Amino acid sequence: MANVELKKINKYFGETHILHDIDLVINDGEFVVLVGPSGCGKSTTLRIVAGLEDASSGDLMIQGNRMNEVEPKDRDIAMVFQNYALYPHMDVYENMAFGLRLRKFDDAEIATRVDEAAELLGITDLLKRKPKELSGGQRQRVAVGRAIVRKPSVFLFDEPLSNLDAKLRVQMRTEIKKLHARLKTTMIYVTHDQVEAMTMGDRIVVMKDGDIMQAETPLNMYHKPANKFVAGFIGSPSMNFFNLSAVEKGNEKLDGSSMSLHVPSDLSARVQKEGLVEIGVRPEHFKVSQTETPFVAELEVSELMGNESYLYLNSKGYQFVIRIQESIILTPGSPVYLDFDMDKVHLFSGKTGARI
Amino acid sequence: MNKDKPLKLILIYSILLLFVAWSLYPILRVITISIRPGDNLLNESLAIIPSDWNFDNYIKLFTEHQFLRWAGNSIFVTIVVVITGVVLASTSGYALSRFKFPGREASLLSLLVTQMFPATMLLLPLFIMLSKLHLVNTYLGLIIIYSSTALPFCVWQMKGYYDTIPYSLEEAARIDGASRFEAFYKIILPLASPALVITALFSFMAAWTEYIVAAQILWYDELFTLPVGLKTFQANMNTEWGLYAAGAIIVSIPAVTLFLFLTRYLIGGLTLGSVKG
Repeated sequence: MANVELKKINKYFGETHILHDIDLVINDGEFVVLVGPSGCGKSTTLRIVAGLEDASSGDLMIQGNRMNEVEPKDRDIAMVFQNYALYPHMDVYENMAFGLRLRKFDDAEIATRVDEAAELLGITDLLKRKPKELSGGQRQRVAVGRAIVRKPSVFLFDEPLSNLDAKLRVQMRTEIKKLHARLKTTMIYVTHDQVEAMTMGDRIVVMKDGDIMQAETPLNMYHKPANKFVAGFIGSPSMNFFNLSAVEKGNEKLDGSSMSLHVPSDLSARVQKEGLVEIGVRPEHFKVSQTETPFVAELEVSELMGNESYLYLNSKGYQFVIRIQESIILTPGSPVYLDFDMDKVHLFSGKTGARI
Repeated sequence: MNKDKPLKLILIYSILLLFVAWSLYPILRVITISIRPGDNLLNESLAIIPSDWNFDNYIKLFTEHQFLRWAGNSIFVTIVVVITGVVLASTSGYALSRFKFPGREASLLSLLVTQMFPATMLLLPLFIMLSKLHLVNTYLGLIIIYSSTALPFCVWQMKGYYDTIPYSLEEAARIDGASRFEAFYKIILPLASPALVITALFSFMAAWTEYIVAAQILWYDELFTLPVGLKTFQANMNTEWGLYAAGAIIVSIPAVTLFLFLTRYLIGGLTLGSVKG
């Protein structure tokens, strides 16, 4: 177990500035998920921790020691790759034993460790098979097995589940989480899937264009996103945003093309200062009401899931989605009267996107 | 289940048989000449095994000529060329595939350019170079030329093969505890064995069957390689066709055996299943 610290890490690929002054402390035993859209720098960050990329500037510390110039093999880390990266000419046993052999473990110790890991992952009967004889899920288990036999201080996962089908992904998600609970080793996990991030991480780090947008626990991030990007990225379906401008100074009234609403008095001063704001409302925080206030929208498409429904609506050019518990059967084009609780509304600066 | 109609099958197999006959007939003729008494190149008989066949030509090769010595020379030169080819092509191909360094593109291109000149055109400059280096009539001179003519192709095809092996395999090895070199020879090299086999075969053929360069560089009987030695059976007035044919058969045996032995390594898809594809 070890803590990992990134201090002002920058990375350039040629002229392109990929990572900007990344500062992040990952505590001993913590499960941290780096999440963001493709090209945000999450995998590069992970590869810098692994030693597969060099940081252009800044310090990488593992357990208090500077690791920038240390070879990957000497960092006491293990990594699970997106494409598994199993050695095709070795059977499962040899794949798992490879790292131990390089570290000069004796055969008995290797056998004990491999058997232990194989049992933990339920792959004991696959030990004599070659990677090509395994299914995607089995290969993923072997890749995890190869990482755990070495008992490293830090586990790195680079989108390990993105090649699996939906059902298997959910299953492996739980298994990796259980593994963490059991091993209590520091884990850094990269994904572009916010559901994986929310369900697995002790803490989520949302990245965008080489910057950390927010590093928080999943629930805090969900309820108090630091900016419009995080708000839109975390949660499925995404948060809906509406542009509003403050009118009638002192009246605490916001006006937009689709709606007008009054903000609570404690927020009004900050709203007045911004002038232009965006409100964010999560799909589940809308209520279907009987009156036209604060606004009415037209139904475009409805998706009935059985236990809940997604309604895709349009209100004067704003397209948005709401999630309701009941199954309302409406024909496209029908008016839907909507209301929402002002306590659940998020306000963002119209200029910077920062939370107000 | 073969769903092809019988007529189509008959046609396909007839064409295949025709091509087999087309390819095998010359070889059979050479065998016939080699076991026919005397030096009859042409004969009215179409029998593959003549009625008065014997192995005299084969026996003469080894007893009355320096055939064994030439074979030894050829084996020595070929082994060195194959080892040089495999070692240099596997390492330089790896460097060209994996490392980004100034001049990488230029060196790849220049390797390719060397392939544009026919060997005969290079004969004179090569000879002059070897003569200035005092390498005429030495195996070293021959080995340098054979290796340098075979290497560009081998380097390119090794590089091309390495390009198909995912980076993540050696990255995984390096995290597992391997140094860059260990990752290369424990993971990448075994996976590149089909390309290594091609490199070995190509180098083998470049050295084993080469005549023109060897004929210019090696002047003395005892230095000859097999192709140059065989040519000595051919004179202005009289060619010993029986010996010539027997020698040709023996020369071709190692090449054919090697091909048959190595083809099982020439299987594609060795990397299958390592990464999600």
